[in-house]
Amino acid sequence: MSDNGQTHIDSVKTYVLVLAALLACTVVTTAVAYVDLGPFSVVAALAIACFKMLLVALFFMHVRHSNKLTRLVVAGGLLWLGILLVLTMTDFATRGILGVPGK
Amino acid sequence: MADHAHSETLALRVQFDTAAQQKDASTLGMWIFLITEIMFFGGMFTCYTIYRNWYPHVFAVASTSLNATLGAANTCILLLSSFTMVMAVRAGQLGQQKAIVWFLILTLLFGGAFLGVKAVEWNEKFEEHHIPGQSAFHLDGVAPTEQGSAQLFFSLYFAMTGLHALHMVIGVGILLWLIMEARKARFTADYFTPVDVAGLYWHFVDVIWIFLFPLLYLIDRHLGK
Repeated sequence: MSDNGQTHIDSVKTYVLVLAALLACTVVTTAVAYVDLGPFSVVAALAIACFKMLLVALFFMHVRHSNKLTRLVVAGGLLWLGILLVLTMTDFATRGILGVPGK
Repeated sequence: MADHAHSETLALRVQFDTAAQQKDASTLGMWIFLITEIMFFGGMFTCYTIYRNWYPHVFAVASTSLNATLGAANTCILLLSSFTMVMAVRAGQLGQQKAIVWFLILTLLFGGAFLGVKAVEWNEKFEEHHIPGQSAFHLDGVAPTEQGSAQLFFSLYFAMTGLHALHMVIGVGILLWLIMEARKARFTADYFTPVDVAGLYWHFVDVIWIFLFPLLYLIDRHLGK
């Protein structure tokens, strides 16, 4: 494996293993959808999807070799997405629980 | 840092001190763009979350009408395309100019195959009258009063997979340009930034599909069995 200065080059084996893990996860997520897990089926689906996202981001998108600024930007983006989802759902998910003021 | 060697390549713009600095700036710029894309798709995912939360049963029935086998196969095709894309970037890092071209062509083929399968799936929806807004719209297993909610699911299905497919089409265009440039031996181990940032874009589109697949195709599949 040659090394040209600061660029880190992953081995083909690493990428093949990541691909194999991603394909296996796809089979698992499809299979688990046919099992009745009640409310946990969506939890299982999202947990597997997040794991796959991490694999793609860390290895294929080279986040694990990225500099701190890039990592901060990636984490910041996910934080803003979290705000979008969580703050929106604090309204929609609690409408049946809390009364509407003034009504 | 072999600054001297790098600064002699034509690829280094005047505003950067070193090739490494230029490459970091390009990567960061691409990530900033991808963050705006995350928020762009994030709006649709939020919309999806709200309506699935409101109509869980209708969404489950509508989801089982999608072809999960084709969806899973397409997911695998897209993951393979991401693998060949990262191999193209790796070939760039190693300066293997022929390998860059071949891995980009493979990525293009997998990307095209994905879009082909998608076209088959959309055609199925038209034949089954699962097009929102169509007067003939009808989804079996859903009460007549809930057909509107079922249309909501398919509106989201077409909007989200459609927007994803649009990104794929743009990605295919970028790949075609990269292949032409790579054939002219424009990319070397010192300068392959276009391949690198196009790779980031391609993997991002892959990540979006990683979430779309379970959320659209795999809601309570056991209901259909």
